[in-house]
Amino acid sequence: MMIDFLNAIVALSNFVLIPAIAYGSQLALGALGVTLVYGVLRFSNFAHGDTMAFGTMTVILFTWWFQSMGISIHPLPTALLALPFGIAVTALLLLGTDRVVYRFYRKQKAQPVIYLIVSLGVMFILNGLVRFIIGPGDQRFADGERFIMKARDFKAMTGLKEGLAIKTSQSITLVTAIIVVIALFWFLNRTRTGKSMRAFSDNEDLALLSGINPERVVIYTWLIVAALATIAGTLYGLDKSFKPFTYFQLLLPIFAAAIVGGLGSPLGAIAGGFVIAFSEVMITYAWKKVLTYLMPDSLDPSGLVQLIATEYKFAISFVILVIVLLFRPTGLFRGKAL
Amino acid sequence: MAEPFLIGDTMTGGYGKGPDILHECTIAVDKGEIAVIVGPNGAGKSTAMKAVFGMLDVRGGQVRLDGNDITKLSPQDRVLKGMGFVPQNHNIFTTMTVEENLEMGAYIRRDDYAETMDQVYDLFPILKEKRNQHAGELSGGQRQQVAVGRALMTQPSVLMLDEPTAGVSPIVMDELFDRIIEVARTGISILMVEQNARQALEIADKGYVLVQGRNAYTGTGQELLADPEVRKSFLGG
Amino acid sequence: MNDLSKNLSYFALVAVLIIGTGFYQSWNSALFILNMGLVSAILSLGVNLQWGIAGLLNVGVMGFVALGGASTIFISMAPIPAAWQAGGPRILLGLALGAATIAALVIGYSRLPKGRVRTIALLAVAVIGFLAYRSVISPAIKSVEAVNPALEGYLGGLGLPVLLAWPVGGLLAAGAAWIIGKTALGLRSDYLAIATLGISEIIVAVLKNEDWLTRGVKNVNGIPRPVPYEIDLQNDPLFVERAATLGLDPTIASTLFVKILYALLFASVLIILLWLSQRALNSPWGRMMRAIRDNETAARAMGKNVTARHLQVFILGSAVCGIAGAMMTTLDSQFTPSAYQPLRFTFLVWVMVIVGGSGNNFGAVLGGFIVWFLWVQVEPMGLWLMQVITSPLAEDSALRLHLINSAAHMRLLTMGIFLLLMLRFSPRGLLPEK
Repeated sequence: MMIDFLNAIVALSNFVLIPAIAYGSQLALGALGVTLVYGVLRFSNFAHGDTMAFGTMTVILFTWWFQSMGISIHPLPTALLALPFGIAVTALLLLGTDRVVYRFYRKQKAQPVIYLIVSLGVMFILNGLVRFIIGPGDQRFADGERFIMKARDFKAMTGLKEGLAIKTSQSITLVTAIIVVIALFWFLNRTRTGKSMRAFSDNEDLALLSGINPERVVIYTWLIVAALATIAGTLYGLDKSFKPFTYFQLLLPIFAAAIVGGLGSPLGAIAGGFVIAFSEVMITYAWKKVLTYLMPDSLDPSGLVQLIATEYKFAISFVILVIVLLFRPTGLFRGKAL
Repeated sequence: MAEPFLIGDTMTGGYGKGPDILHECTIAVDKGEIAVIVGPNGAGKSTAMKAVFGMLDVRGGQVRLDGNDITKLSPQDRVLKGMGFVPQNHNIFTTMTVEENLEMGAYIRRDDYAETMDQVYDLFPILKEKRNQHAGELSGGQRQQVAVGRALMTQPSVLMLDEPTAGVSPIVMDELFDRIIEVARTGISILMVEQNARQALEIADKGYVLVQGRNAYTGTGQELLADPEVRKSFLGG
Repeated sequence: MNDLSKNLSYFALVAVLIIGTGFYQSWNSALFILNMGLVSAILSLGVNLQWGIAGLLNVGVMGFVALGGASTIFISMAPIPAAWQAGGPRILLGLALGAATIAALVIGYSRLPKGRVRTIALLAVAVIGFLAYRSVISPAIKSVEAVNPALEGYLGGLGLPVLLAWPVGGLLAAGAAWIIGKTALGLRSDYLAIATLGISEIIVAVLKNEDWLTRGVKNVNGIPRPVPYEIDLQNDPLFVERAATLGLDPTIASTLFVKILYALLFASVLIILLWLSQRALNSPWGRMMRAIRDNETAARAMGKNVTARHLQVFILGSAVCGIAGAMMTTLDSQFTPSAYQPLRFTFLVWVMVIVGGSGNNFGAVLGGFIVWFLWVQVEPMGLWLMQVITSPLAEDSALRLHLINSAAHMRLLTMGIFLLLMLRFSPRGLLPEK
């Protein structure tokens, strides 16, 4: 009986908890980028998914280059070493886009909806650029040790029937996400520049009156967004794989996460990311295995006990989004300002 | 008469390309004095003050601070010159703590502003108590204190207040006025727009009654309160 | 130059481009561009109705197009009796159960007093309803999909004329639009954008995965046509004779003839919709719509029910997209769910509307043609450009091969740049709203 229970817990961790925590961290980092742009620049950035794709692509290119030169940080994936370079290139790209595209509309004080359409144009360009440079296909770029703990080793260690596998990419995701989030909150809450960003997001006129330079705030925002997008994209790519179209599709769960948490609220973005990830993984998981351990033998489920097929995982973010829009449009954390 | 410390001299102007709202309107305040602008709704009270602060196009006349022509300066530059402004609405950062609001007030200062913050806390002890609370959670009167405190953080020589007592209870209003007098005693000139004309004129060294963007009556607070015309038309008898 | 001659000159340019394609490439390509240009113009009209006239942001055009496309299956494919026998009624029962559950939830939510009892009751209804739905429908789906899966494995359609699918496609899209509009209209414009993006992904996911309905990624081929088949024409002595008098090879003549028939059909739909759109635009209804778009607050203050008006126009615009989707699938004679890509079916339409001139119906039509032409022609142009650029490189240089192979992706880039340039330098489009 006790063993069954332990097996159920292990199976649950292996197939639901660990993957959902990793995916949730990735979504949270993506949603943070969306929410920062919304809070400071005040528009929904539809190019964010493709910004993530661009950032990841540069990381992959640097990774390949390092690999060809024999540079490695085994057992960690080379991509971690390439990450700062990818962030730098993406930052340049975003600052360039702001300079060439968005700044004009800022000067005009354009409506958010115009920004949104402009971001569609930017999305097109980034999408084309990424496909042009690296192609539309799947790229795997994870090297180094694949597992921290293999299912087989776990079984041998514990004597349980169920194995627990922890992928390197999953633990790297969690550790990186924690570091990034701490750094971001430290920046926003403790530094003068971070506070000026929050002030600008809270009350633009009063920020101007206090002598805060809006262009400086905007530059810092794009720098942070570049870092967040590249890190989120790279972690997702390490964990699964890199395919430009998948990154475009991530737009929906990412926006759902940001809106569920409350657009403009960084804390909300993180909570939203985990809400979406856990719902997605739990609803598409086939619970047969876990239930078989928990239920008396006579009640063993005959089917897979999967609520919804994996193909419909987008429907889950969408349904959560709709429920939030219907019942609490400001999101869990009452967004609007950083 | 010597040149006042801050004067908006015969200002004519309006917003952007819009029509003139002010017509040869003059507003002035001397060092350590309290000047109050009163008048009926739509008389251009706030507009006159915004003109002094550079928030609208002054097409005729001048704004001078300490004898220097500042007519062409942007509001931000005027802040650097020592003018503090407290807007009527949205005058605090609601999602930031009281202390962060004050820090943002001091954003342009590169020196150590800890002493100024202590002075603000001395002036508004309640703010010290609530320094780590979000400003949006405070009561109306406390928010106004945050707003004034934020503007004081640049150590301005002039503090301009746009209807600081709008929407607060009479008791809170009295307290706010007391604080404003205290601020003036430290040598800071106060220029404010007020709806509560009678109470405001009582603490005013100088009063301006505006009607349709023009100076209608000007005098010391007591003179205006004593003037039967002003009493009849603007103070309800 | 007055408005009319400006209009005419732009459309003349389109004609020249298409005719030029006929002379320099082939008449088949020219007619292909023309036909898809006509469909694009209709799509663009639909989006213009929403964005140009009402200021509503629909980022889910693809979903409505796909629904329209699927309607051709539901209407025109022959029913599969074996599949119906295997589980048709049971699937219908399952769907009815699902619908009843949702209805019960909605009614329960609005009728029951707020509180914990309501929450528990609704949760119970949802769980029981879902389980009942799954237990009824899952085995039925399994047995339907097992019926001759290589060729059938789905319920088929009603076996009616395919032209009927066009209005039905519009109705299906309108239904989906109603659901979305009810949820997301009245909130911030960004939320509508995200909601439409979401629903379109879901619609396409359903069409891709519900094999019993659309055969999923196995595609439905051989959707009946409203026009004759080429092979029949080639076997028709009269047709061959007529072709010969024109000096045409019967095979080419038959393909051209079929395409021309499509063009005539599409053109008549476009003309009807354009006429209706113009009537709507210049009616009191259209003026009110634009008034709402330009100042929503004022319109609300005047007692206009803005959300209801928005819902109306959102449904209408989506229906037009659905019609266009059905026409597109009819033209292809096959339904390929995996071909629905958002960049092609949503964002490209946006480029059309903005380039043409949002708020102007003729502009939308013009944008549809021009942008479609570019979309088709940029690819060969990009390839040519890449070949020229890389000609100094060695034949087998990796860079050269990569650039040439990637030339196809240039068109996304080109469209994006095109869109941004228009937005920046001519935000009102080629034919601005009056």
